[in-house]
Amino acid sequence: MLDFPTWKKNFLWAIVLIAAFAALPSIANVANVKWPEALPSQTVNLGLDLAGGSHILLEADQSQVAQQRLENMEESVRQALDDAEIGFGDVSTSDGRLSVTLDDPSQLDAAREVITPYMNGTSIISEWNLEFLDGNRMVLTQTEAGLENAVTTAMDSATDVVRRRIDSLGTREPTIIRQGDDRIVVQVPGLSDPEELKDLLGQTAQLEFKLLDTQASPTQIESGIARPGSELVPGAPGGDYAGQVIAVKRLGGVRGDSLTDATQTFDPQTNEPAVSITFDSDGTQRFARLTTENVNQQFAIILDGEVLSAPVIREPILSGTSQISGGFTVREATQLAISLGSGALPVDLTVIEERTVGPDLGAASIKSGTIAMGVGSMLVILLMIAAYGRFGIYATAALVINVLMILGIMAALSTTLTLPGIAGFVLTIGAAVDANVLINERIREERKKGRRVVTAVENGYREASRAIYDANVTNFIAGVLLFLFGSGPVRGFAVVLIIGLFTSVFTAVVLTRMWVAGWLRKARPTDLNL
Amino acid sequence: MRLLKLVPDDTNIQFLKWRMPFYVVSVLLIIASWAVVFTNGLNYGVDFAGGQEIRATFTQEEEAPVEELRDTVGALGYGDPVVQRFGAPNEVSIRVKLPDEVVGDPGAAEEISRQIIGAIETGHPDVRIDGVDTVSGKVSGEFRTTALEALIFAMIAISIYIWVRFEWQFGVGALFALFHDVSLTMGMFALFQMEFSLQIIAAILAIIGYSLNDTIVVYDRIRENLKKYRKMPIPELLDLSVNETLARTVMTSLTLLVALLPLLLFGPASLFGLTAAITLGIFVGTYSSVYMAAPILIWLGVSSNSFVPQESVTDVQEKKARGEA
Repeated sequence: MLDFPTWKKNFLWAIVLIAAFAALPSIANVANVKWPEALPSQTVNLGLDLAGGSHILLEADQSQVAQQRLENMEESVRQALDDAEIGFGDVSTSDGRLSVTLDDPSQLDAAREVITPYMNGTSIISEWNLEFLDGNRMVLTQTEAGLENAVTTAMDSATDVVRRRIDSLGTREPTIIRQGDDRIVVQVPGLSDPEELKDLLGQTAQLEFKLLDTQASPTQIESGIARPGSELVPGAPGGDYAGQVIAVKRLGGVRGDSLTDATQTFDPQTNEPAVSITFDSDGTQRFARLTTENVNQQFAIILDGEVLSAPVIREPILSGTSQISGGFTVREATQLAISLGSGALPVDLTVIEERTVGPDLGAASIKSGTIAMGVGSMLVILLMIAAYGRFGIYATAALVINVLMILGIMAALSTTLTLPGIAGFVLTIGAAVDANVLINERIREERKKGRRVVTAVENGYREASRAIYDANVTNFIAGVLLFLFGSGPVRGFAVVLIIGLFTSVFTAVVLTRMWVAGWLRKARPTDLNL
Repeated sequence: MRLLKLVPDDTNIQFLKWRMPFYVVSVLLIIASWAVVFTNGLNYGVDFAGGQEIRATFTQEEEAPVEELRDTVGALGYGDPVVQRFGAPNEVSIRVKLPDEVVGDPGAAEEISRQIIGAIETGHPDVRIDGVDTVSGKVSGEFRTTALEALIFAMIAISIYIWVRFEWQFGVGALFALFHDVSLTMGMFALFQMEFSLQIIAAILAIIGYSLNDTIVVYDRIRENLKKYRKMPIPELLDLSVNETLARTVMTSLTLLVALLPLLLFGPASLFGLTAAITLGIFVGTYSSVYMAAPILIWLGVSSNSFVPQESVTDVQEKKARGEA
């Protein structure tokens, strides 16, 4: 038990030195001492609650994905039936189902044939169900797997769009992670005013160009009922149609998802801030066709379901460029240019959680936390030395190494130190010496029973180990559950506790045993002052 | 040098003599705690209630205009805000719970935060927003569920571990002691209406872990003594075990307390709740190890036979099974 061969001693010291060395860059960092660049400089990451920064949790509206898919399907089906010259009447998209009534029931099989290619897309799973009802009606419903697939695709592309938009702000080292089915976590260190970021992420930037439905009468619009094939869209506040509602044709427009460029400019006539956009080649073609076929008609420029303006098409626009205005401020125009340039979000994202900490508050927390930790450690050390003398000094040395090792391991594993993590440190300091208390009290008992010094120390370590082991396992269970169920900063608390459990056993049990053994061998005491 | 001895040698306090009155008191305290939790309710922070907590510093003012802020933010119509000093005199924390009617609207909390910050900035251009926590109704609901799951899983998992390492009676005793600790901590938070947040759940889990340390140390000694003194009456044996480990119990509670006290007194304001809960838990946990975890073993019928070698126990069980069949 008290036998430590040289190789074992060297091995233990090597562990201590490596871990302590790994801790040094972090300590230098907090103490504002310059760390030599030539040396490894991995430091403990500071959580946003200590370093300052913004944590934003975004959630997508899944029902929107379903709606969007349904609309796309409707357009495909209409096109396919037209191309195959299959006559159809009523088309409805209620309750998440697309139902089409054919003029001639005998054409059902032909209709099925032309629609099938659209039903399964590129994936192997079946994305849509097709049923025939009442002899002449086809009903298409989305399968669960198909919708799930679509949501995943939408979230992947939303994550990319979010990344591009944040990058355009020039903030440093943002973290953007998909979470669960429909969420995205955005963490931006050092960002203390996330308003601009939230505005940018909250803007879907879905740009549409749709022809006005000139046949809709003002009374129809007032009553809020759209004619078949058209829809009512409110005017954007600040735009030409603020406070009004206008009717546009639902299908046959052009969407602005495929822009190659968007920049903030000024309208040459009014000198108002505007955004100039450039379509990609496919978009250019479709925009050219729309404008060529509808010269002298009005088309509405719709952004995120609101009409910005509705200019008259004077002549075909073949260049693929256009300009959007709508009573923007320069800031709004710039933001819109960024949003459009980074692509439209396939779904609306809503901020469902935000945690922002300014850099001053974080720095103050580190300072007062470190001081409290220092004072607490001093008190623990005084208490241990007063109670156990030489054995208390061993425990103290173990405690110092323990703190260094926790820091070193955290740095090496790139874990994050949070504000509750500081409390975890303090708790670990108070609890780590428990092992020494258990051992030392046991040695006292053994001496009281009249055992010889070496036997008492051996028994002390052996008998106390059981309880130390069991206690650490239960703490480990509590720590792991906290880590699994906790979120954000609270996880940092669990991380320190868990790492601290391992290092505590190593320093408070293994290292002190080595030191006590060394002392017993050298001094050969016949009595213990304990 | 004479060393400090907190507990004199040969201390022999008859803890178990008073086990009945203490048990009655403990059970009453548990019942009272839950009664307070259900009548007063827990003062949920933004993590669990949804809403927002905004920390701000009024850089050009001596003292933060607490009353005025209460009026300004209250006038927005989202219920009465909790405005408290937070750290220095010119620093405040403003807490507004999410109104019930918008709990289902995921974007509402964020929108309300903007309005509150806007209202404060309009009246005080010198204000610096130090921190914003905004939690929507959906997220706060999820936090409540996972927090409850974490507590229940932790108690059960730890009790199972104790059962495996010791005997079933010890597992039940540990579970009971843990339930006592969790109940009293929550009761205290309900009674004093201290903010109950995710950090407090972390504190309770830490308490569960550390209260168990004491219980395990006592149990370990009971097991050892059960093997050693096979003829000793159980109450006497429990008393002996508690007394033998008393010096350790006192010393460890003390090292934990002195480590935590500076953090409680001048640590970051946002750690106060967590530190206070753990400090409270140290007292409750130490008490429960002595007065809940140990005496329950008497009622559950622990005896020196509980730790006879494993084979003979199975032998006895097999014999029983054959006899009955």
